[in-house]
Amino acid sequence: MAAGIVNLTDATFDETIQASDKPIIVDFWADWCGPCKMIAPILSEIAVEHADSITVAKLNVDENPEMGMRFGVQSIPTLLVFQNGTLAKRMVGAKGKGQMLQELSEFLGTSH
Amino acid sequence: MSHHHVLIIGSGPAGLTAAIYTARANLAPLVIEGEPSSTSDQPGGQLMLTTEVENFPGFPDGIMGPELMMKFREQASRFGATYVTTKVTKIETSQRPFVVHTHDEVYTADAVIVATGAQSLMLGLEAESRLLGHGLSTCATCDGFFFRGQDIAVVGGGDSALEEALFLTKFASTVTLVVRRDVLRASKIMQDRAMANPKMKFLWNHQVVDLKGQDKLEGAVVQSTLTGEQSNLDITGIFIAIGHVPSTGLFSGILDMEDSGYLITRPGSTYTNIDGVFACGDVQDHTYRQAITAAGSGCMAAIDAERWLEAHH
Repeated sequence: MAAGIVNLTDATFDETIQASDKPIIVDFWADWCGPCKMIAPILSEIAVEHADSITVAKLNVDENPEMGMRFGVQSIPTLLVFQNGTLAKRMVGAKGKGQMLQELSEFLGTSH
Repeated sequence: MSHHHVLIIGSGPAGLTAAIYTARANLAPLVIEGEPSSTSDQPGGQLMLTTEVENFPGFPDGIMGPELMMKFREQASRFGATYVTTKVTKIETSQRPFVVHTHDEVYTADAVIVATGAQSLMLGLEAESRLLGHGLSTCATCDGFFFRGQDIAVVGGGDSALEEALFLTKFASTVTLVVRRDVLRASKIMQDRAMANPKMKFLWNHQVVDLKGQDKLEGAVVQSTLTGEQSNLDITGIFIAIGHVPSTGLFSGILDMEDSGYLITRPGSTYTNIDGVFACGDVQDHTYRQAITAAGSGCMAAIDAERWLEAHH
Protein backbone atom coordinates (compact mmCIF):
# COMPACT_ATOMS: atom_id res chain seq x y z
CA MET A 1 0.00 0.00 0.00
CA ALA A 2 1.31 3.40 -1.01
CA ALA A 3 2.48 5.77 1.71
CA GLY A 4 -0.20 8.01 3.12
CA ILE A 5 -3.13 5.88 1.98
CA VAL A 6 -5.38 4.25 4.55
CA ASN A 7 -6.55 0.75 3.75
CA LEU A 8 -10.17 0.33 4.88
CA THR A 9 -12.20 -2.82 5.40
CA ASP A 10 -15.90 -3.38 6.10
CA ALA A 11 -14.90 -3.75 9.77
CA THR A 12 -12.88 -0.54 10.08
CA PHE A 13 -14.91 1.67 7.73
CA ASP A 14 -17.36 3.37 10.12
CA GLU A 15 -14.84 3.92 12.87
CA THR A 16 -12.29 5.49 10.50
CA ILE A 17 -14.85 7.75 8.81
CA GLN A 18 -16.26 8.96 12.14
CA ALA A 19 -12.85 9.53 13.69
CA SER A 20 -11.40 11.49 10.79
CA ASP A 21 -10.93 15.18 11.55
CA LYS A 22 -10.29 15.88 7.86
CA PRO A 23 -12.44 15.09 4.82
CA ILE A 24 -11.72 11.53 3.79
CA ILE A 25 -11.88 10.28 0.22
CA VAL A 26 -12.57 6.57 -0.19
CA ASP A 27 -11.59 4.84 -3.44
CA PHE A 28 -13.78 1.78 -4.07
CA TRP A 29 -11.59 -0.44 -6.24
CA ALA A 30 -10.69 -4.00 -7.22
CA ASP A 31 -7.72 -5.74 -8.70
CA TRP A 32 -9.54 -6.66 -11.93
CA CYS A 33 -10.50 -3.08 -12.79
CA GLY A 34 -8.17 -1.43 -15.34
CA PRO A 35 -9.37 2.16 -14.79
CA CYS A 36 -8.89 1.67 -11.01
CA LYS A 37 -5.24 0.87 -11.64
CA MET A 38 -4.86 3.97 -13.78
CA ILE A 39 -6.03 6.33 -11.04
CA ALA A 40 -4.11 4.65 -8.21
CA PRO A 41 -0.90 6.67 -8.79
CA ILE A 42 -2.94 9.90 -9.02
CA LEU A 43 -4.57 9.19 -5.66
CA SER A 44 -1.16 8.46 -4.15
CA GLU A 45 0.07 11.84 -5.35
CA ILE A 46 -2.99 13.61 -3.99
CA ALA A 47 -2.54 11.84 -0.64
CA VAL A 48 0.98 13.23 -0.36
CA GLU A 49 0.45 16.68 -1.88
CA HIS A 50 -2.75 17.43 0.02
CA ALA A 51 -2.01 15.55 3.24
CA ASP A 52 -2.86 18.70 5.23
CA SER A 53 -6.41 18.98 4.00
CA ILE A 54 -7.62 15.50 3.04
CA THR A 55 -7.13 11.82 3.88
CA VAL A 56 -7.09 9.27 1.06
CA ALA A 57 -8.38 5.77 1.76
CA LYS A 58 -9.05 2.68 -0.33
CA LEU A 59 -11.58 -0.10 0.02
CA ASN A 60 -11.26 -3.32 -1.96
CA VAL A 61 -14.82 -4.22 -3.00
CA ASP A 62 -13.87 -7.84 -3.65
CA GLU A 63 -12.84 -8.43 -0.07
CA ASN A 64 -15.30 -5.95 1.45
CA PRO A 65 -18.67 -6.18 -0.32
CA GLU A 66 -20.79 -4.61 2.44
CA MET A 67 -19.79 -0.95 2.13
CA GLY A 68 -20.24 -0.94 -1.66
CA MET A 69 -23.77 -2.23 -1.15
CA ARG A 70 -24.53 0.26 1.60
CA PHE A 71 -23.53 3.19 -0.60
CA GLY A 72 -25.03 1.83 -3.83
CA VAL A 73 -21.72 1.50 -5.61
CA GLN A 74 -22.44 -0.09 -9.00
CA SER A 75 -19.37 0.99 -10.89
CA ILE A 76 -15.73 1.25 -10.00
CA PRO A 77 -13.70 3.23 -9.51
CA THR A 78 -16.16 5.19 -7.37
CA LEU A 79 -14.75 7.84 -5.06
CA LEU A 80 -16.83 8.88 -2.06
CA VAL A 81 -15.84 11.87 0.02
CA PHE A 82 -16.96 11.94 3.66
CA GLN A 83 -16.91 15.12 5.71
CA ASN A 84 -17.75 15.18 9.42
CA GLY A 85 -18.76 11.55 9.14
CA THR A 86 -21.30 12.00 6.37
CA LEU A 87 -21.21 11.45 2.63
CA ALA A 88 -20.44 14.79 0.97
CA LYS A 89 -19.57 13.87 -2.62
CA ARG A 90 -19.69 10.99 -5.07
CA MET A 91 -17.45 10.70 -8.13
CA VAL A 92 -17.95 7.80 -10.54
CA GLY A 93 -15.34 6.72 -13.07
CA ALA A 94 -11.67 7.30 -13.63
CA LYS A 95 -10.48 10.78 -14.57
CA GLY A 96 -7.27 12.73 -14.93
CA LYS A 97 -5.55 14.44 -12.04
CA GLY A 98 -6.51 17.94 -13.14
CA GLN A 99 -10.21 17.13 -13.26
CA MET A 100 -10.04 15.15 -10.05
CA LEU A 101 -8.44 18.04 -8.16
CA GLN A 102 -11.02 20.40 -9.58
CA GLU A 103 -13.87 18.21 -8.37
CA LEU A 104 -12.21 17.89 -4.97
CA SER A 105 -11.39 21.60 -4.70
CA GLU A 106 -14.04 22.32 -2.07
CA PHE A 107 -12.25 19.89 0.26
CA LEU A 108 -8.71 21.04 -0.45
CA GLY A 109 -8.75 24.36 1.41
CA THR A 110 -7.87 27.58 -0.36
CA SER A 111 -5.21 26.23 -2.69
CA HIS A 112 -6.67 27.69 -5.88
CA MET B 1 8.82 23.67 -24.06
CA SER B 2 10.83 20.52 -24.76
CA HIS B 3 11.91 19.10 -28.11
CA HIS B 4 11.70 15.45 -29.16
CA HIS B 5 12.70 13.51 -32.26
CA VAL B 6 9.55 11.46 -32.10
CA LEU B 7 6.34 12.29 -30.29
CA ILE B 8 3.69 9.58 -30.07
CA ILE B 9 0.07 10.46 -29.33
CA GLY B 10 -1.74 7.50 -27.78
CA SER B 11 -0.67 4.49 -25.74
CA GLY B 12 -2.60 1.44 -26.87
CA PRO B 13 -0.90 -1.47 -28.65
CA ALA B 14 -0.11 0.73 -31.69
CA GLY B 15 1.37 3.69 -29.82
CA LEU B 16 3.39 1.57 -27.41
CA THR B 17 4.76 -0.70 -30.15
CA ALA B 18 5.82 2.44 -32.02
CA ALA B 19 7.44 3.53 -28.72
CA ILE B 20 9.33 0.25 -28.31
CA TYR B 21 10.71 0.41 -31.86
CA THR B 22 11.62 4.10 -31.88
CA ALA B 23 13.12 3.78 -28.38
CA ARG B 24 15.30 0.90 -29.54
CA ALA B 25 16.34 3.08 -32.48
CA ASN B 26 17.65 5.59 -29.90
CA LEU B 27 15.03 8.17 -30.81
CA ALA B 28 13.92 8.62 -27.17
CA PRO B 29 10.21 8.94 -27.99
CA LEU B 30 7.86 10.96 -25.82
CA VAL B 31 4.48 9.25 -25.45
CA ILE B 32 1.52 11.45 -24.59
CA GLU B 33 -0.52 8.60 -23.22
CA GLY B 34 -3.88 10.19 -22.50
CA GLU B 35 -5.85 10.62 -19.31
CA PRO B 36 -7.51 8.03 -17.09
CA SER B 37 -11.20 7.51 -17.83
CA SER B 38 -13.68 4.68 -17.55
CA THR B 39 -14.10 4.54 -21.31
CA SER B 40 -11.70 3.00 -23.79
CA ASP B 41 -10.25 6.49 -24.39
CA GLN B 42 -7.53 6.17 -21.75
CA PRO B 43 -3.88 5.20 -21.28
CA GLY B 44 -3.46 1.64 -22.51
CA GLY B 45 -6.46 1.94 -24.80
CA GLN B 46 -9.31 -0.45 -25.34
CA LEU B 47 -7.58 -3.46 -23.77
CA MET B 48 -7.70 -1.69 -20.40
CA LEU B 49 -11.41 -2.53 -20.30
CA THR B 50 -11.09 -6.19 -21.27
CA THR B 51 -10.49 -9.29 -19.21
CA GLU B 52 -8.63 -12.17 -20.70
CA VAL B 53 -6.99 -11.72 -24.10
CA GLU B 54 -6.82 -15.16 -25.69
CA ASN B 55 -5.59 -14.33 -29.17
CA PHE B 56 -2.44 -12.31 -28.58
CA PRO B 57 0.45 -14.50 -29.81
CA GLY B 58 3.00 -15.48 -27.19
CA PHE B 59 0.52 -15.99 -24.35
CA PRO B 60 -0.75 -19.58 -24.72
CA ASP B 61 -2.69 -19.36 -21.45
CA GLY B 62 -4.12 -15.92 -22.23
CA ILE B 63 -3.29 -12.69 -20.42
CA MET B 64 -5.41 -9.98 -18.79
CA GLY B 65 -5.80 -6.93 -21.05
CA PRO B 66 -4.56 -4.35 -18.50
CA GLU B 67 -1.60 -6.57 -17.62
CA LEU B 68 -0.64 -6.91 -21.28
CA MET B 69 -0.67 -3.15 -21.69
CA MET B 70 1.45 -2.65 -18.56
CA LYS B 71 4.00 -5.00 -20.12
CA PHE B 72 3.98 -3.04 -23.40
CA ARG B 73 4.56 0.13 -21.41
CA GLU B 74 7.41 -1.31 -19.34
CA GLN B 75 9.06 -2.68 -22.44
CA ALA B 76 9.13 0.73 -24.12
CA SER B 77 10.34 2.36 -20.87
CA ARG B 78 13.25 -0.03 -20.72
CA PHE B 79 14.63 1.41 -23.95
CA GLY B 80 14.13 5.04 -23.06
CA ALA B 81 10.55 5.97 -23.92
CA THR B 82 9.06 8.55 -21.56
CA TYR B 83 5.41 9.24 -20.79
CA VAL B 84 3.18 12.18 -20.07
CA THR B 85 -0.23 11.29 -18.63
CA THR B 86 -2.37 13.92 -20.25
CA LYS B 87 -4.27 14.67 -23.41
CA VAL B 88 -3.16 16.52 -26.49
CA THR B 89 -5.34 19.57 -26.99
CA LYS B 90 -3.91 20.92 -30.26
CA ILE B 91 -1.39 20.04 -32.93
CA GLU B 92 0.25 22.52 -35.32
CA THR B 93 1.63 21.07 -38.54
CA SER B 94 2.17 24.23 -40.56
CA GLN B 95 5.64 24.72 -39.09
CA ARG B 96 8.75 22.58 -38.43
CA PRO B 97 9.30 21.19 -35.95
CA PHE B 98 5.68 20.25 -35.31
CA VAL B 99 4.10 21.80 -32.22
CA VAL B 100 1.96 19.71 -29.90
CA HIS B 101 -0.03 21.28 -27.06
CA THR B 102 -1.38 19.57 -23.94
CA HIS B 103 -3.40 21.11 -21.10
CA ASP B 104 -0.33 22.66 -19.51
CA GLU B 105 2.70 22.09 -21.76
CA VAL B 106 3.91 22.67 -25.29
CA TYR B 107 6.18 20.19 -27.04
CA THR B 108 7.99 20.28 -30.36
CA ALA B 109 8.79 17.20 -32.42
CA ASP B 110 10.51 16.32 -35.70
CA ALA B 111 8.09 13.47 -36.34
CA VAL B 112 4.67 12.71 -34.89
CA ILE B 113 3.05 9.28 -34.69
CA VAL B 114 -0.71 9.37 -34.26
CA ALA B 115 -2.11 6.35 -32.39
CA THR B 116 -5.17 7.80 -30.70
CA GLY B 117 -7.29 4.73 -31.43
CA ALA B 118 -11.02 4.55 -31.19
CA GLN B 119 -13.49 4.93 -28.37
CA SER B 120 -16.75 3.24 -27.53
CA LEU B 121 -19.94 4.54 -29.06
CA MET B 122 -22.78 5.29 -26.69
CA LEU B 123 -26.45 4.99 -27.56
CA GLY B 124 -26.94 8.75 -27.65
CA LEU B 125 -29.86 8.72 -25.21
CA GLU B 126 -30.47 11.55 -22.78
CA ALA B 127 -30.78 9.10 -19.87
CA GLU B 128 -27.25 7.80 -20.44
CA SER B 129 -25.37 10.48 -18.56
CA ARG B 130 -27.82 10.28 -15.65
CA LEU B 131 -27.53 6.51 -15.29
CA LEU B 132 -23.86 6.02 -16.07
CA GLY B 133 -22.47 4.27 -13.02
CA HIS B 134 -25.98 3.63 -11.75
CA GLY B 135 -26.84 0.57 -13.76
CA LEU B 136 -25.46 1.71 -17.11
CA SER B 137 -21.86 0.76 -17.70
CA THR B 138 -19.20 0.96 -20.37
CA CYS B 139 -16.88 -1.46 -18.56
CA ALA B 140 -18.09 -5.00 -17.93
CA THR B 141 -14.86 -6.00 -16.25
CA CYS B 142 -15.11 -3.08 -13.83
CA ASP B 143 -18.76 -3.31 -13.00
CA GLY B 144 -19.97 -6.87 -13.70
CA PHE B 145 -19.32 -7.79 -10.08
CA PHE B 146 -22.11 -5.47 -8.90
CA PHE B 147 -24.80 -7.28 -10.90
CA ARG B 148 -24.60 -10.59 -9.12
CA GLY B 149 -27.90 -12.44 -9.38
CA GLN B 150 -29.55 -9.74 -11.49
CA ASP B 151 -31.12 -9.68 -14.96
CA ILE B 152 -29.08 -7.48 -17.23
CA ALA B 153 -28.59 -6.68 -20.91
CA VAL B 154 -25.74 -6.12 -23.32
CA VAL B 155 -26.36 -4.05 -26.45
CA GLY B 156 -24.43 -5.06 -29.56
CA GLY B 157 -23.63 -8.03 -31.76
CA GLY B 158 -19.89 -7.95 -32.32
CA ASP B 159 -17.01 -9.74 -30.63
CA SER B 160 -16.69 -7.18 -27.86
CA ALA B 161 -20.42 -7.39 -27.09
CA LEU B 162 -20.24 -11.17 -26.82
CA GLU B 163 -17.06 -11.06 -24.79
CA GLU B 164 -18.72 -8.70 -22.32
CA ALA B 165 -21.92 -10.73 -22.26
CA LEU B 166 -20.11 -14.00 -21.58
CA PHE B 167 -18.02 -12.38 -18.88
CA LEU B 168 -21.19 -11.01 -17.27
CA THR B 169 -22.82 -14.46 -17.14
CA LYS B 170 -20.36 -15.22 -14.33
CA PHE B 171 -22.28 -12.81 -12.14
CA ALA B 172 -25.75 -12.15 -13.55
CA SER B 173 -28.77 -14.48 -13.53
CA THR B 174 -29.48 -13.77 -17.17
CA VAL B 175 -27.79 -11.68 -19.81
CA THR B 176 -29.98 -10.55 -22.71
CA LEU B 177 -28.12 -9.58 -25.83
CA VAL B 178 -30.02 -6.86 -27.68
CA VAL B 179 -29.15 -7.14 -31.37
CA ARG B 180 -30.37 -4.79 -34.08
CA ARG B 181 -30.42 -7.44 -36.77
CA ASP B 182 -31.10 -11.19 -36.76
CA VAL B 183 -27.45 -12.16 -37.10
CA LEU B 184 -24.31 -11.53 -35.08
CA ARG B 185 -21.20 -9.86 -36.45
CA ALA B 186 -19.05 -11.69 -33.89
CA SER B 187 -16.59 -14.47 -34.71
CA LYS B 188 -17.82 -18.04 -34.94
CA ILE B 189 -16.07 -19.16 -31.75
CA MET B 190 -17.67 -16.37 -29.72
CA GLN B 191 -21.09 -17.06 -31.24
CA ASP B 192 -20.80 -20.76 -30.39
CA ARG B 193 -19.85 -19.97 -26.80
CA ALA B 194 -22.70 -17.49 -26.42
CA MET B 195 -25.30 -19.85 -27.91
CA ALA B 196 -24.14 -22.65 -25.62
CA ASN B 197 -24.34 -20.56 -22.45
CA PRO B 198 -27.60 -21.25 -20.56
CA LYS B 199 -27.64 -17.75 -19.02
CA MET B 200 -27.59 -16.02 -22.39
CA LYS B 201 -30.81 -14.78 -24.00
CA PHE B 202 -31.09 -13.10 -27.39
CA LEU B 203 -33.43 -10.30 -28.36
CA TRP B 204 -33.10 -10.13 -32.14
CA ASN B 205 -34.15 -7.22 -34.35
CA HIS B 206 -34.44 -4.78 -31.46
CA GLN B 207 -32.78 -1.60 -30.35
CA VAL B 208 -32.79 0.28 -27.07
CA VAL B 209 -34.67 3.58 -27.38
CA ASP B 210 -34.92 4.67 -23.73
CA LEU B 211 -33.70 3.85 -20.25
CA LYS B 212 -35.95 3.99 -17.21
CA GLY B 213 -35.12 5.10 -13.68
CA GLN B 214 -33.90 8.30 -12.04
CA ASP B 215 -31.20 7.30 -9.54
CA LYS B 216 -30.74 3.79 -10.79
CA LEU B 217 -31.65 1.79 -13.84
CA GLU B 218 -35.10 0.22 -13.61
CA GLY B 219 -35.50 -1.08 -17.13
CA ALA B 220 -35.09 -0.34 -20.80
CA VAL B 221 -37.53 0.44 -23.57
CA VAL B 222 -36.76 -1.57 -26.68
CA GLN B 223 -38.17 -1.16 -30.15
CA SER B 224 -38.49 -3.72 -32.89
CA THR B 225 -36.43 -2.76 -35.94
CA LEU B 226 -38.97 -4.66 -38.08
CA THR B 227 -42.33 -3.41 -36.82
CA GLY B 228 -41.42 -0.34 -34.74
CA GLU B 229 -43.35 -1.79 -31.82
CA GLN B 230 -42.03 -0.86 -28.37
CA SER B 231 -41.83 -3.02 -25.29
CA ASN B 232 -40.17 -3.02 -21.88
CA LEU B 233 -37.13 -5.00 -20.97
CA ASP B 234 -37.01 -5.75 -17.27
CA ILE B 235 -33.37 -5.28 -16.34
CA THR B 236 -31.30 -3.59 -13.63
CA GLY B 237 -28.06 -3.33 -15.55
CA ILE B 238 -27.12 -2.49 -19.13
CA PHE B 239 -23.75 -2.60 -20.88
CA ILE B 240 -23.15 -0.86 -24.18
CA ALA B 241 -20.92 -2.48 -26.82
CA ILE B 242 -22.21 -1.19 -30.14
CA GLY B 243 -18.93 -0.29 -31.73
CA HIS B 244 -16.32 2.40 -31.87
CA VAL B 245 -15.56 5.77 -33.40
CA PRO B 246 -12.00 6.81 -34.20
CA SER B 247 -10.61 9.51 -31.91
CA THR B 248 -9.63 11.99 -34.61
CA GLY B 249 -11.37 15.24 -33.64
CA LEU B 250 -7.95 16.74 -32.93
CA PHE B 251 -6.84 16.28 -36.54
CA SER B 252 -9.91 17.65 -38.24
CA GLY B 253 -8.87 19.98 -41.06
CA ILE B 254 -5.23 18.84 -40.68
CA LEU B 255 -5.03 15.17 -41.60
CA ASP B 256 -7.00 13.57 -44.41
CA MET B 257 -9.76 11.39 -43.08
CA GLU B 258 -12.72 9.42 -44.35
CA ASP B 259 -16.26 10.63 -43.75
CA SER B 260 -16.39 8.19 -40.84
CA GLY B 261 -13.42 9.93 -39.22
CA TYR B 262 -10.80 7.26 -39.82
CA LEU B 263 -7.43 8.70 -40.86
CA ILE B 264 -6.27 7.92 -44.37
CA THR B 265 -2.79 6.47 -44.75
CA ARG B 266 -0.91 5.81 -47.97
CA PRO B 267 -1.59 2.13 -48.83
CA GLY B 268 1.01 -0.26 -47.46
CA SER B 269 2.48 2.41 -45.17
CA THR B 270 1.63 4.66 -42.24
CA TYR B 271 2.29 7.94 -44.09
CA THR B 272 -0.48 10.51 -43.77
CA ASN B 273 -0.96 13.48 -46.09
CA ILE B 274 1.50 15.46 -43.97
CA ASP B 275 5.15 14.58 -44.35
CA GLY B 276 6.51 13.56 -40.96
CA VAL B 277 3.13 12.65 -39.45
CA PHE B 278 2.39 8.93 -39.33
CA ALA B 279 -0.76 7.12 -38.23
CA CYS B 280 -1.15 3.59 -36.88
CA GLY B 281 -3.61 1.35 -35.09
CA ASP B 282 -7.39 1.63 -34.92
CA VAL B 283 -7.34 5.34 -35.73
CA GLN B 284 -6.66 4.35 -39.36
CA ASP B 285 -8.07 0.80 -39.43
CA HIS B 286 -11.75 -0.01 -39.57
CA THR B 287 -11.19 -3.45 -41.00
CA TYR B 288 -9.08 -5.54 -38.62
CA ARG B 289 -9.06 -3.63 -35.30
CA GLN B 290 -7.12 -6.22 -33.33
CA ALA B 291 -4.43 -5.65 -30.72
CA ILE B 292 -1.97 -7.54 -32.88
CA THR B 293 -2.76 -5.61 -36.08
CA ALA B 294 -2.56 -2.35 -34.13
CA ALA B 295 0.82 -3.42 -32.76
CA GLY B 296 1.93 -4.42 -36.26
CA SER B 297 1.03 -1.04 -37.71
CA GLY B 298 2.70 0.67 -34.74
CA CYS B 299 5.90 -1.10 -35.72
CA MET B 300 5.41 0.09 -39.32
CA ALA B 301 4.94 3.67 -38.13
CA ALA B 302 8.15 3.50 -36.08
CA ILE B 303 10.15 2.22 -39.05
CA ASP B 304 8.53 4.74 -41.41
CA ALA B 305 9.31 7.56 -38.97
CA GLU B 306 12.87 6.38 -38.39
CA ARG B 307 13.64 6.22 -42.13
CA TRP B 308 11.92 9.52 -42.78
CA LEU B 309 13.98 11.18 -40.03
CA GLU B 310 17.20 9.72 -41.43
CA ALA B 311 16.40 11.13 -44.85
CA HIS B 312 15.25 14.55 -43.65
CA HIS B 313 17.23 15.44 -40.53
